[in-house]
Amino acid sequence: MYQYDDYDQAIVDERARQFKGQVERRMSGEITELEFKPLRLQNGLYMQLHAYMLRIAIPYGLLSAQQMRMQAHIARKYDRGYGHFTTHQNIQFNWPKLEDVPSILADLASVQMQAIQTSGNCIRNTTSDPFAGVAKDELEDPRPYCELIRQWSTFHPEFAYLPRKFKIAVTGTPGEDRAAVRFHDIGVRIIENAEGERGFEILAGGGLGRTPVIAKVVRAFLPYEHLLSYLESILRVYNRYGRRDNKYKARIKILVNETGIEKFREQVEAEWELMKDGALKLTRTELARVAKYFVPPSYENLPSSENSLAAAALSPNREFGRWVANNVRGHRQAGYSIVVLSLKHAKIPPGDASDTQMDAIAGLSERYGFGRIVVTHTQDLVLPDVKTAELPLLFAELQKLDMATPNFERVTDIICCPGLDYCALANARSIPVAAEISKRFEDIDYLDDIGEVSVKISGCINACGHHHIGNIGILGIDKSGEEAYQLLLGGDPGNEASIGVILGPAMSEAKVVDAVESVLRCYLKLRESAEERFIDAYRRLGPSPFKEAVYANN
Amino acid sequence: MPTAVSARVLSRKLSMQIIRDQKIVDDTYTTFSDDAPLPAAGNIIVSSARFAKERAQLLARPEGTFGVRLKSDEDPAILAADILALSLIAVEFPKFGDGRGYTTGRLLRERYGFRGELRAVGNVLRDQMFYMQRCGFNAFELTPGKSLESALGAFGEFSVTYQAAADDPRPLYRRRAS
Repeated sequence: MYQYDDYDQAIVDERARQFKGQVERRMSGEITELEFKPLRLQNGLYMQLHAYMLRIAIPYGLLSAQQMRMQAHIARKYDRGYGHFTTHQNIQFNWPKLEDVPSILADLASVQMQAIQTSGNCIRNTTSDPFAGVAKDELEDPRPYCELIRQWSTFHPEFAYLPRKFKIAVTGTPGEDRAAVRFHDIGVRIIENAEGERGFEILAGGGLGRTPVIAKVVRAFLPYEHLLSYLESILRVYNRYGRRDNKYKARIKILVNETGIEKFREQVEAEWELMKDGALKLTRTELARVAKYFVPPSYENLPSSENSLAAAALSPNREFGRWVANNVRGHRQAGYSIVVLSLKHAKIPPGDASDTQMDAIAGLSERYGFGRIVVTHTQDLVLPDVKTAELPLLFAELQKLDMATPNFERVTDIICCPGLDYCALANARSIPVAAEISKRFEDIDYLDDIGEVSVKISGCINACGHHHIGNIGILGIDKSGEEAYQLLLGGDPGNEASIGVILGPAMSEAKVVDAVESVLRCYLKLRESAEERFIDAYRRLGPSPFKEAVYANN
Repeated sequence: MPTAVSARVLSRKLSMQIIRDQKIVDDTYTTFSDDAPLPAAGNIIVSSARFAKERAQLLARPEGTFGVRLKSDEDPAILAADILALSLIAVEFPKFGDGRGYTTGRLLRERYGFRGELRAVGNVLRDQMFYMQRCGFNAFELTPGKSLESALGAFGEFSVTYQAAADDPRPLYRRRAS
């Protein structure tokens, strides 16, 4: 993974000192809370319902074992013994004290981490495919480009006060989008053109929130050396013309829609023409310098384990077999597997991990891999380089840690925002709904039979739980003072991106869990075969049978 | 942004202090509203609207004595043709969270070749000045009541920057010692 050099380290150290000064000036009254707010936000420090919340950047979701141990340390020393992995591949701590934050930042800087631009109206952490670098179907590792974007966007002087927050995602797998690039302000897809040259497809204007929009293609093919100049052109057009009169209309998706994609593209291209051959052009030297940190680790020369992986999935030890079938994926290197550690079971809020768990995961990443851990946007963790032969050993260890739930991409692998339990914006609780669904489907044995389906829950229309792109989405609303929930079906974050559609009237917490079960029972009844996924069946059947199933008895 | 100013001298008296080139200095310019009569001599700042209307008279003033003030939503291209005649351009930051002025600054410096005093005016605070400086601003009229001495600290906070900007046309990757 990328290692800071003296330049990178200086920036992070100086940032920690700068923020310490800002906190002191806030405490002395030299700066007002209004003036301090964007400063703390650009350091990931939010004011939540009960306390400050600190969000720490995990660039493209990749952590070393040492960095994971530092999260455990922070959880223990400055928080209440746990951290929360987010849908943006970051980690949040919900109970730090303002006066401790400079010390936390200094601790983070000592392991090459920071909280820069994890909030505020600026360019946020660049996200990517959680299987980057190890996926079998990958065309090119996107992480060197993510790192280049991280550096370009860190303290970019022109784009620190944008109309609104700005998120960029990169995928290196044209065939499957595991990074939801079409729902980001900018999506970057590494592709090959008809001539066999590598480059990028650039999309812009995607997003969730109050107005979900699928990103549109701004440029069908961009040679690699122009990546940063093209991003800068898009950002400049957005900074100049994005709306600043209404925060709910300030994202780039609104600008692209109101301007029209053709005219928006003309503006971007006109800007880019003037800068594309300037100093921002990427050099081969720089790309090589960054890419060398992402070369494959020293894998052992092992025979292919595809057959043994398939056999393990059918193991007579059903717990193990089910876990292999659901949480283990094929690896590009023979003899290795990608393992997903589920942070989802009924007892904890989705994405939470305790200090003990984090320390243990760090240890496992060293014993079963090269000391690397990846955070997924589904709020799970990945050990990317596990020897297939060692899966039984790893499984036994994960069971002891409560992290062997065999539910990756299954109905209980729920994405969920903090909801009314923590968040000042929420209209309804979301964690208890997630817990209820987990419990409901833990009890019945057909979790596996249901197969791949995503459930995503948001406690308000700001959509932090990504409910629009869940195959099943749940949105908490306030219905004349009562918490109520809308059910949406048909969302998909991937290459066949689609936005979920509300199925019918909102319902109570108890009813919505019943409704999810009705929808899934209906799917099991109507699917053509076990191979037809829920989303495919929904696309074939449309909402009617599901609507009937949910509302017929009400 | 409404200009709630009826006084003939818009913002500052001559004794007002600003930061210029990282030093606290007396402001040698006076800003005039659009209907105020202009003195025959002295350094003045007028709005872009007034400049458009009285361009000939203004360009006839002695070299190096007048500047134009741009609103945050104004395109700096409107000054491109006269860029060499202007000794100062002031860019408004109506709220410190309105970041359009950063782009305006870079365009004036990097695209239109402005070499005179580029001044940030309006809600100008210490914690944005580092970015402003990187975007080409070399002068700062701070929000009234803010300490200029403290604001000088903004310039020394970072020794390394990643991006190409008005203060250095090379991104770090063209400067990194390999």
